[in-house]
Amino acid sequence: MMKNRNRIQWGFLFFFLPVILWLFLLIVLPHLELLRLSFTKTRGGGLSLDNYMAFFKEPIYWLTYVRTAFYSILVTALVMLIALPVSFYITKIARVKATGFLMVLILVPFWVSELIRVYGWMILLRESGVLNQFLIAIGLFSKPVEMLYNDITMVMGLVYTSMLFMVVPIIGVMDDLDDALIEAAYDLGASKISIWRTIIIPHCASGMVSGGIIVFMLVLGSYLTPNLMGGKNSLWFTEQIYNQIIIYFNWNQGAAFGFLLLILSSLIIWIVLKLTRQNLKEVVK
Amino acid sequence: MRIALSVQNLTKRFGDFTAVDQVSFDVEDGKFFSILGPSGCGKTTLLRMIAGFYKPDHGTLLFDGQNMEGVAPNKRPVNMVFQNLALFPMMNVEENIAFGLRRRGEKGSAVTKKVQEVLERVGLPGSGKKQVNQLSGGQKQRIAIARCLVLDPTVLLLDEPLGALDAKLREHMKVELKTLQSQVGTTFVYITHDQSEAMVMSDTVAVMNNGKFEQIGTPQDLYHNPKSSFVAQFVGNNNKLRVTLRRDAHGHLLARYTNGLDFTLVGAFEAPKGDEEYDLFIRPESMLINPDETLAHVNRLPVTVSSILFDGGNSRLLVTPENTDDELVVALPQTRQYDSIKAKDHITIGWDISKAICYKRRDWKLYDEE
Repeated sequence: MMKNRNRIQWGFLFFFLPVILWLFLLIVLPHLELLRLSFTKTRGGGLSLDNYMAFFKEPIYWLTYVRTAFYSILVTALVMLIALPVSFYITKIARVKATGFLMVLILVPFWVSELIRVYGWMILLRESGVLNQFLIAIGLFSKPVEMLYNDITMVMGLVYTSMLFMVVPIIGVMDDLDDALIEAAYDLGASKISIWRTIIIPHCASGMVSGGIIVFMLVLGSYLTPNLMGGKNSLWFTEQIYNQIIIYFNWNQGAAFGFLLLILSSLIIWIVLKLTRQNLKEVVK
Repeated sequence: MRIALSVQNLTKRFGDFTAVDQVSFDVEDGKFFSILGPSGCGKTTLLRMIAGFYKPDHGTLLFDGQNMEGVAPNKRPVNMVFQNLALFPMMNVEENIAFGLRRRGEKGSAVTKKVQEVLERVGLPGSGKKQVNQLSGGQKQRIAIARCLVLDPTVLLLDEPLGALDAKLREHMKVELKTLQSQVGTTFVYITHDQSEAMVMSDTVAVMNNGKFEQIGTPQDLYHNPKSSFVAQFVGNNNKLRVTLRRDAHGHLLARYTNGLDFTLVGAFEAPKGDEEYDLFIRPESMLINPDETLAHVNRLPVTVSSILFDGGNSRLLVTPENTDDELVVALPQTRQYDSIKAKDHITIGWDISKAICYKRRDWKLYDEE
């Protein structure tokens, strides 16, 4: 009996070892090192809070931090607002045959890398881009306008890049929603808005929160899209980390920023879970 | 009597297929009206048009004399109990029942009072705080009905709500639903494929087939005077004998069965043309076992007993007429008079000539091959 149990544990360990190694070597170990770095003085070593104090002393840092948090929440909300009707159309209105095709349409852009997609936007929107030329050709604009490098373009780009990660979990839960429930609500006198409020959204809450968490984390930690589409006018906190580590070669300061970002995402997710009374275990499932 | 629901020439087509074809009927206020038909006969389509989920291609729909054309389901004075009940799992019983009231903008203690009243009426007082998944099948049923009744609809539509229940509970709910309906006095329009449900509960039954109403009448009327071969087969059990009609020298109608025997018919039948085929219907309980030789006006048929189906008061004999492959069902009264009958016995069965009904042959698919 004892022997048998031992063998099972060895077998379990054998297959689990890569996972443990991956988690430990690539995630836990670097984070421990970064944590140590973040509490170490840039010059001369020794334990200090200097790196964290620098964040609060320099307005550009914490302003970028707050901006990043605000825009991440805004993008998540916008993505949710668009994803709900899209998912509803795919699961409830479109014919069964069309459903697969529509899913492929949503997936296709994700077959090319984020970089290529962002360049696509840039080709469309830049001063000498397709949209400008078209608008000048039909006489709407007299001279080209720079549409890149502002907050609106950046938010649009982020919404576009993260749409799939909201649509898929929402479709998953919306598929389970019995059409009869919607009809019953309609029959009992509910308007379309109150059907959404009382039936569809409560049913989809777990999918919305899990999609929301994924999108929020992706957006908060994204670098390419804010950098290329937002440019210098729309700073993102990840760019501050990049600058510290790559440009100023200040690993200690970069590590401190990294941890501040981690705290921010954990805090906001915790608040959202509390507010929506969802359980992380349920949502992840 | 006030007409709660009036349907005139209602038609619905899906492409080339006509699901509901020129259906007209009136339902008096406070009555229990059933639409009985096999699956695929168009009864659900008809109900969904009344509820407003489908737009009819033709015809008018009046609730209390008001035309419902262009009125959305959420604005109609009609509520529906769905086949799977469609209770909202995200709400408790109380919220489920209050749903419709709140959508009307009612608030506070008035809502609570109405919810409690209707819960008492369906026999579930005090279960307002329960979650939907804590209820049994029969309780869910009652909550689904309560959720509609609380809105005091002109007509309550029920779409085979007993279908999901097990047989024993279904028997019980039939009686309960009938009692509830007579207590609250709301007009019920009930659709079902189960003829027993329709017969037990209804004041009036409409038999539907291929998108049309075959006959509308009281359950007794449908049973004793079916107007078509479909109604004769679908309502209650019936034996069907394939016959051809001819007139004898005295002008009497005779039905010749496939084994060559002639049966006397009474009643007005259309004159037979050529050798068209007819079906002769005789109810199992109209069959006499070994009828007395002296009885007049009785058709007799020698048969072989193929098996005895003992089911208490509902016991039956399966018999095969001689020189045929047909199988007929004969009611076997449990009076101990027929205890001597065994399988493979040769007996005679008979029926009073007035108890048989004859229709031109039409082949119906009575059940879906599920």
